[in-house]
Amino acid sequence: MSILTDIWAVLRGDSEADRTVPPTGFTARLTVFSAGAMAFLAVFALALSLATGRLADRWASELARSATVRISAPAGQVEAQVKAAVRVLETTPGVAVVRVLDEAEQRALLEPWFGPDLPLDSLPIPQMIEVIEESSGYDSEGLRLRLQAEAPGAVLDDHTRWRKPLVRAAGRLRTLGLVSILLIAGATAAMITLAANAALAANAQVIRVLRLVGAGDVYIARAFVRRFTIRAALGAGAGTLLAMLAVLLLPRASEAGGFLTGLGFQGWHWLWPLCIPVLAGFVAFWATRLAAFRSLKELM
Amino acid sequence: MIELTDVSYSYGGRELLSGLNLELKPGSFHFLTGPSGAGKTTFLKLCYADLLASSGRITMFGQDAREMQRDDIARLRRRIGVVHQDCQFLDHLSVAENVALPLTVSGRDVQAETSNLVDLLSWVGMTDQTESRPPELSGGERQRVALARAVIMDPEVIIADEPTGNIDWEMSLRLLTLLVELNKMGKSVVIATHDLNLIRAAKAQVAARVLRISNRQIQLAGADL
Repeated sequence: MSILTDIWAVLRGDSEADRTVPPTGFTARLTVFSAGAMAFLAVFALALSLATGRLADRWASELARSATVRISAPAGQVEAQVKAAVRVLETTPGVAVVRVLDEAEQRALLEPWFGPDLPLDSLPIPQMIEVIEESSGYDSEGLRLRLQAEAPGAVLDDHTRWRKPLVRAAGRLRTLGLVSILLIAGATAAMITLAANAALAANAQVIRVLRLVGAGDVYIARAFVRRFTIRAALGAGAGTLLAMLAVLLLPRASEAGGFLTGLGFQGWHWLWPLCIPVLAGFVAFWATRLAAFRSLKELM
Repeated sequence: MIELTDVSYSYGGRELLSGLNLELKPGSFHFLTGPSGAGKTTFLKLCYADLLASSGRITMFGQDAREMQRDDIARLRRRIGVVHQDCQFLDHLSVAENVALPLTVSGRDVQAETSNLVDLLSWVGMTDQTESRPPELSGGERQRVALARAVIMDPEVIIADEPTGNIDWEMSLRLLTLLVELNKMGKSVVIATHDLNLIRAAKAQVAARVLRISNRQIQLAGADL
């Protein structure tokens, strides 16, 4: 109940009480700057976390539903083995789409590595077949055995080998982003605690006078808590707005740019950074409150 | 009101006060005298719970000082007005704001108490300097403002620690008159001083008991005062 009263007192303000503690320029500037800088970093950590989250989800969903069959056979047997493989695939339960990639598509796949003038005809390039599975999936081990029997040059690649580490890596990046936000909140709390302690020490005589005239710990602490909470929230607000502007100016997501150009907020995710100033105010409230009560107890 | 029973106080392993017994009754007037460093300020601090006794028992308005919570002590300070030699003001606030400080910290509406505040500043002769800052005041003015602050909550006890230490004799007598007036209004007054002339001047106006702290103990002073 006392906490709720304190939160309400911070929001409501009390001009008489605010005047009892003189403003301290150094700790005020330190708190505003620290909160602003930390909020700026927190917005980027949040953007990283959300972007990697999107990436992990996309990789997981897109790759999980597709597979490739590669036909590597002597030149005269390729066409027959492709036909056999397509026949096997089309009769496999759980396979939705089977599509043989044409020469232009295969060239496009190889172009990033070998350039646009690739003489595809003169190279022993395997023929690729794209397989899209149904939501129920298919029996990959059974399919491999059937392909081996009907088309010995066919190799089924369901992307599992390289899909899992990628999704895991993206998931870890997302976790890292969230951990960064927690660390930033912790560092903000530590900096505000130091600034609050400095302000309390600088105002030891003021506290002594307030005690002498009958001020309780709650009253004295509240004067400091309100000041630091407002400073932290304002500083974090400014830092958040600057960071959101910086994120807005990042290049738009594109296929060519890959992951780096997708590092931003999309849709309603733009609302997430607005929580940061509120969080900073909350962290400042608790950090200052704890520091104030501890200091006041030590002062007797 | 305030009763000390076999109270001792030690600091850093050294006993500063020992075996103190005293009862401050409503409407009493006490002077506390003794050489510098005898423990007058320490004794006064024990009386308004700024220090806790090492042994013995101090009761304040029926409550044992040892059992008081921090909030109880804050409430107690509103019933005991304290005037320090160095006044202890908030220099960034005006005279009026400093006098109203006990009202502010106790959550009372200062605006509603304006007439009380004006009367009090008039009583101590500070009406013309309500917006001045404490560093702009003379020693005597500062003491009168401190007295106004000490009584604004209408306390039952007034404790003054060397209130005339930094002011001239004329101003000392003016301050004494104010304290005697408060005593005649039924408030208990305790003044620590080493100014024997002030004690003699007070005894001409009020029935004051004079206590002397000597050799860590408190005793009634002789008739020579």
